[in-house]
Amino acid sequence: MTVRIMRRSDIADPEATTVARSLADLGYDEVSEVRTGREFILEIDSDDSGRVRERVGAMCEEILANPVIEDYEVLIGDS
Amino acid sequence: MIGVIVFPGTNCERDTVRALRMIGAKAELVWHGEEALDDLDGVVLPGGFAHGDYLRTGAIAAHSPVMKGVRRMADAGRPVLGICNGFQVLCEAGLLPGAFVANRNLRFICRFVEVEISDSRSALTEGLHPGTRIRIPLNSFEGNHRDPTGTARVVARYVDDPNGSQDGVAALANTEGNVVGIMPHPERAMEEVMGSGDGSELLESFVRATEAARV
Repeated sequence: MTVRIMRRSDIADPEATTVARSLADLGYDEVSEVRTGREFILEIDSDDSGRVRERVGAMCEEILANPVIEDYEVLIGDS
Repeated sequence: MIGVIVFPGTNCERDTVRALRMIGAKAELVWHGEEALDDLDGVVLPGGFAHGDYLRTGAIAAHSPVMKGVRRMADAGRPVLGICNGFQVLCEAGLLPGAFVANRNLRFICRFVEVEISDSRSALTEGLHPGTRIRIPLNSFEGNHRDPTGTARVVARYVDDPNGSQDGVAALANTEGNVVGIMPHPERAMEEVMGSGDGSELLESFVRATEAARV
């Protein structure tokens, strides 16, 4: 399972702002916005895909994401 | 007795214990694996880099066994103070509102800052009038506080915005005032030889709050 965690768009993201500025400085001025996030790839030993989704969601809620400043998305990978 | 929590990667615990003892409090180190904090009158989460700031700063520490005890103390109205990384841990644990992101200029800020007290109804600021300005050192990369709900009770603000912190938040408290987080370091401003003795006024308020909590 892949979990994608993105900084919420309404929250300040100094790294994203800095990356956007760097891209513009390098001549890539067609980039109007940058948002940052990261992915966690979890190897899960289970066949019950419904339960897995639920458990991974719980992991995100409890620790992998900070809901104050981040949104998360659970993406089912190919096995 | 005030407990000063040590997480793996914490590095300000001894300065914090020293500062508390300088002003007459009894203070001892408490390892993060310790769940039972019933004998303590108050607790401080000191600065440093708990768990190397892995995942998110303070995120893993927020789930340490000791936080069960810290939460019980907070719920019971006992004084809980988070300094710098400790403030980050309290936010991750949901004991204070909001969360931290990188300083706006993406630099680690390491200098004295001026902070103005805005609310004296907290365990940290009870002895200072609103409007009082003090000088204490700021040492952080993620001192930029964000509060999308806008519910935080701000007890101190930066006079000159050093890091983009929303509403200039340098310190905030919960509604009851017993849980307080401060980003700059009062324990590093205890006497003139350190560059400022202003931090002692904050820690004296906290120590008085722990004495009042001792029933």
